[in-house]
Amino acid sequence: MARRVTATRLIVSTAAAWVCGFLVFFPILWMVLTSFKTELEAFATPPSFLFFEWTTENYATVQQRSDYFHHAINSIVIAGGSTLIALLIAVPAAWSMAFSPTNRTKDVLLWMLSTKMMPPVGVLVPIYLIYRNFGLLDSRAGLVLILCLGNLPIVIWMLFTYFKEVPKDILEAARMDGATIGRELVYVLTPMVVPGLASTLLLNLILAWNEAFWTLNLSTSQAAPLTVFIASYSSPEGLFWAKLSAASTLAIAPILVLGWFSQRQLVRGLTFGAVK
Amino acid sequence: MATRHAHSLARTLLAPAVILLFIWMIVPLALTVYFSTLRYNLLDPGSERFIGFENYLYFLTDPAFLASLRNTLVLVGSVLGITILIGVPLALLLDQPVLGRNVVRLMVIAPFFIMPTVSALVWKNLLMHPVSGLFAWISGLFGVTAMDWFNDAPLLAIILIVSWQWLPFATLILLTALQSQDEEQKEAAEMDGARAPSRFIYLTLPHLARPITVVILIETIFLLTVFAEIFVTTGGGPGLQTTNIAFLIYSQALIQFDVGSASAGGLVAVVIANIVAFFLVRIVGRNLEA
Repeated sequence: MARRVTATRLIVSTAAAWVCGFLVFFPILWMVLTSFKTELEAFATPPSFLFFEWTTENYATVQQRSDYFHHAINSIVIAGGSTLIALLIAVPAAWSMAFSPTNRTKDVLLWMLSTKMMPPVGVLVPIYLIYRNFGLLDSRAGLVLILCLGNLPIVIWMLFTYFKEVPKDILEAARMDGATIGRELVYVLTPMVVPGLASTLLLNLILAWNEAFWTLNLSTSQAAPLTVFIASYSSPEGLFWAKLSAASTLAIAPILVLGWFSQRQLVRGLTFGAVK
Repeated sequence: MATRHAHSLARTLLAPAVILLFIWMIVPLALTVYFSTLRYNLLDPGSERFIGFENYLYFLTDPAFLASLRNTLVLVGSVLGITILIGVPLALLLDQPVLGRNVVRLMVIAPFFIMPTVSALVWKNLLMHPVSGLFAWISGLFGVTAMDWFNDAPLLAIILIVSWQWLPFATLILLTALQSQDEEQKEAAEMDGARAPSRFIYLTLPHLARPITVVILIETIFLLTVFAEIFVTTGGGPGLQTTNIAFLIYSQALIQFDVGSASAGGLVAVVIANIVAFFLVRIVGRNLEA
């Protein structure tokens, strides 16, 4: 479809968009730049933007002083584990609601959604006490469990909207040809739902990786993921900006990359299909 | 018959999710209700006893509650205002023909993927620091005294940080909605001589009404429980200036160990969130054909 686009308009809107994009992105860029400065330079006024002596010593210090990898592995285990378990529970549920809906399916879905709206702080006290009594405080298993339950409604919803898009006729054709449910699942359904599964997985990894209410309240050191590791920089000792920046860069880099891949699914996942 | 078989299979597949979510919803909530009627402090074990509604009375008449309710409302309202008022023009801009639009999109969406503890500490130390922060340097260039954000306007500082985190969400949803707008309708209006402002008011804005509502409701659900940003920057202070309801409940539970009062507060938070949730669930439900 040809829309008349004048050169001036293109230049103006391009320039404006790039300026806005740069401004929004700037704090992240600034953090990455600071992570390569020495502490003195990070603190200097006027600040140097590009022409400083680039160093990677902060990254080494962060690992030495606070054992970054320990917390990174915790993050991977907690975010990955909770997402995988949630998928295991959610796939059958979403499958059954999408392919053999009953009169109550809509109510069940909306009820699941409403559990996500309960503010976590409303159940902080009982969860904390239960965890304390069962020795789950500061344990990876405890965090996997709570993040899995917390994200389960979103996982089910996302999968449901993807499954809903699979054309019913194909399934009926397969059934006519005598395919059993197992075969139908493996040969017909799976190839069609893999993209939806992948984006559900990505979005929930991101949400779990960045979750900072339960992780801050239920873990301190052993099981602490990166959110808690970064929070330990809130009580500074001496000059620490460059180290804070290096630690932060390490904490967000993997998830930022995943996030950019899954940005188109984000809208769908977080609006429960209300905006397409 | 095959259908009955299929239905019982469907129910079996659905059961684990329903049972888990049911337990997750009912057990902690029931415990919160129970604790909220007790005098129960973890520092004074063995002294638990039933006191009826006293905790509610204590929580609701505590000056800290009114202060934190006010802070919560200011925080939610301001962040909603900022993200919508900047998000709409930004989405409109990104909907224009722009060279390298995908890169710009990536830059705009990025803050949403940053964990809250990182955003809060980077803003606090690298940007808002009164001596060596970037903002201090910029105001120095204009000959203005640098602002000590976390002393002079701590709540505003938190509002700015949280707005930065949620701006991408609003923009991305509005942009997605804009891209589904009927181009032909817009062109017809253009041919008929409608100018850009009236096209915006009579075509685009009504088209955006629904996504804006969705943004407001979803953001509200999350913004009511902003926690990590406050936890790592101000710890609720100075005084109560940045204590919101979520942080107040946290401090009563895990700093003062007053289980009873924190539980009463938790239920108040649940009630507030449910009012918002009620409207969101209705909107989503209208859109759902199951």
